[in-house]
Amino acid sequence: MSEPNATGTAHGGPGGDAGSTDARLGSDPAPLPDGVWDPASLAQALEGHGYLADEGLATAAYLGLKLRRPLFLEGDAGVGKTAIALALAGVMGAPVIRLQCYEGIDASQALYDWNFPRQVLHLRTAEAAGRDADAETLEAELYDRRFLVARPVLQALETTPSVLLIDEIDRADDEFEALLLEVLSEFSVTVPELGTIRAIEPPLVVLTSNRTREVHDALKRRCYYHWVDHPGFDREVAIVRARLPQVGERLAREVVAAVQAMREQGLLKPPGVAETLDWTEALVALGADHLDAGRATATLGSVLKFREDLERIRAMDVGAMVDRAITEV
Amino acid sequence: MAPGDDHRDPPGETDQPGVRPAESRSEEHSAPREPLDLTASAVGLAHTLRGAGVDASPERVHAFVLALTAVDTADRRQVYWAGRVTLCSGPDDLDRYDRVFTAFFAGERVSSQGRTRRRIRMGPDAVSSTPASSGEPDAALPELQLVTREASAAELLRHRDVTDLDATERAELHRLLAAFMLPGEARPSRRRDPARRGPIDRRRTVRRMLAAGGEPGALRHEAARPRPRPVVLLLDVSGSMSGYAEVLLRFAHAASRRRDGTTEVFTLGTRLTRVTHELTHRDPDTAMRAVAAAIPDWEGGTRLGETLRAFLDRWGQRGTARGAVAVVLSDGWETGEVGELGEQMARLQRLAHRVVWANPRAGRPGFTPTAGGMAAALPFCDQLVEGHSLAALEHLANVVAGRVAGRDDERARQRRNRTVASSGARSGAAGSTVAPGNSGGVTRA
Repeated sequence: MSEPNATGTAHGGPGGDAGSTDARLGSDPAPLPDGVWDPASLAQALEGHGYLADEGLATAAYLGLKLRRPLFLEGDAGVGKTAIALALAGVMGAPVIRLQCYEGIDASQALYDWNFPRQVLHLRTAEAAGRDADAETLEAELYDRRFLVARPVLQALETTPSVLLIDEIDRADDEFEALLLEVLSEFSVTVPELGTIRAIEPPLVVLTSNRTREVHDALKRRCYYHWVDHPGFDREVAIVRARLPQVGERLAREVVAAVQAMREQGLLKPPGVAETLDWTEALVALGADHLDAGRATATLGSVLKFREDLERIRAMDVGAMVDRAITEV
Repeated sequence: MAPGDDHRDPPGETDQPGVRPAESRSEEHSAPREPLDLTASAVGLAHTLRGAGVDASPERVHAFVLALTAVDTADRRQVYWAGRVTLCSGPDDLDRYDRVFTAFFAGERVSSQGRTRRRIRMGPDAVSSTPASSGEPDAALPELQLVTREASAAELLRHRDVTDLDATERAELHRLLAAFMLPGEARPSRRRDPARRGPIDRRRTVRRMLAAGGEPGALRHEAARPRPRPVVLLLDVSGSMSGYAEVLLRFAHAASRRRDGTTEVFTLGTRLTRVTHELTHRDPDTAMRAVAAAIPDWEGGTRLGETLRAFLDRWGQRGTARGAVAVVLSDGWETGEVGELGEQMARLQRLAHRVVWANPRAGRPGFTPTAGGMAAALPFCDQLVEGHSLAALEHLANVVAGRVAGRDDERARQRRNRTVASSGARSGAAGSTVAPGNSGGVTRA
């Protein structure tokens, strides 16, 4: 075996020095990143990575970091659930290992898989070389770590530090949730032929859900639950300014005012922060420095993704709505 | 960002003085519970939360206590958030948590207020009041069937309208209902099982080869594993459905007992209530009591369009209705705007795999789906079935499972569209109604 201990393959990723320079504390499951000692300081650190977290999210993320309990983020599409995982990884100086869930996902796609073709090849090579190795040695060689293909969960356990993003868990089926239970509580994966692979330091796990179905309570119980809401006006303006530095204050305020007015209309799909950013980008691409009715109507397709919604907002006279929203600000 | 610059959150704090740590500390000393004993406070808060309907299990309380060791407990906002992320498990819990948290640390007693308890009427008194018949032509109770000595009691019960039963018959009906299953029709899933024929199963073939020392052997095959589609039951509990609603809820209980989480039950009336969780109790009577406590609009008015819209906005479009078999159990009496109901039914039909409408009144002789709401909804229903008797519910279960689904659904719908279009104008023209025996319209059990 070339690598005697499978869990010893820890590497810090691009900015590995930021994660764990302090002496490892025996009591803590994992050290906190530099410059983070309470929720407020974490919020500040996240801001440095372009994510404006509110107090609740900062507290949940801080607890998740400190006690290494998974974060369970639920909320409408486009409110920034995935972005928080990326920002947290930035703060930790750790790579993000992403597991996109879909229906029918199972252990061989999430945990590990044996590389069968390579195993067969190995067997053939041994035969061709005329080695007279006994069956047991040959078999032991076959189930070596190098024939194991690590999938996202195992990769995350073997990478220290790391952020494991389990995206849209509600798309997977319940068999998969049961599979995750062991991983999330023990931070270990058991390969029958190899033994148990345990993380040196548990990765920070972030689960997101769009709530297309109710995720089982047993899974939620093991996590910190946070409902990610649409941001308020000031925060959303700040988010737009942080994510798109080339946007002027006036355009940002006007676009956010218009989007927030749309959210009040009871649309089929109220626009999220992602749509606000898309719309602002589209307007910037057209050379706008403020929101006018003509450009707003022309680019409405980047905020509203349902024909019914589009018709409804168009019928409402976009110009008047934007004007009203702006005067209210 | 500095904490507290966004005053929109947390909601529990806005109407309450003492947000600043100094004040809250002094207040906590005067509070009846001693905050220094964190565990006791945490357990007390969790207990109060359970009373308010939040499922704060011991495991969650443990997580809360652990989280309290990591935050500054003198800062009430941090305590608030530590509790919120550990004790709540869904957006429905958040309001309750805010209310309880505010009251608990203000030293108030919190009872399970905000939920009016209602009892489901059981026994004969539930039958005594006939359903509100607002000018309905078929309000007269149907005639009892001819009693023949050969027919067994259960067989007899099967076809009786449930509102005509006496107490003992009702008990028997409930017993029979408990045996119901309501799987959705099967569809191929992405998971695969070994099969005799089908695509080649690479994993098993190679594993087999490996076991034989690398010698190629027989090919293994696999096929998609069938999986039942999710089922969504939308149950009308308004006044016009009294007498049927309880039986239908018991039917829903039996149907959703399948613990794989693929049956969702909602009640419609003047507002939308999700009762899937309440129905998870094994004992039907306990489940019924929990449901009765959870439904605020029991035997109230009917705003089907609005509540359906609430369902689609909050649940349906996110995925609950996607690819599901949606079953609306209602008599179609709409007091709200009929146009809204039609619009929302169209949305439901676009999302769901199939929309089945079970109408208890459809079992009455001379029924025609011309009542305002029913007529508006009918073009968007793939099937209209009865829902008034045990046999009708059995038939409904078969329809949902796709065992009775006719292949001519599409044609039937088009035919129905035509007939409803003409009857919608209330022209009274001959042939404008769907006769109960019509195979396309009302499928009889």
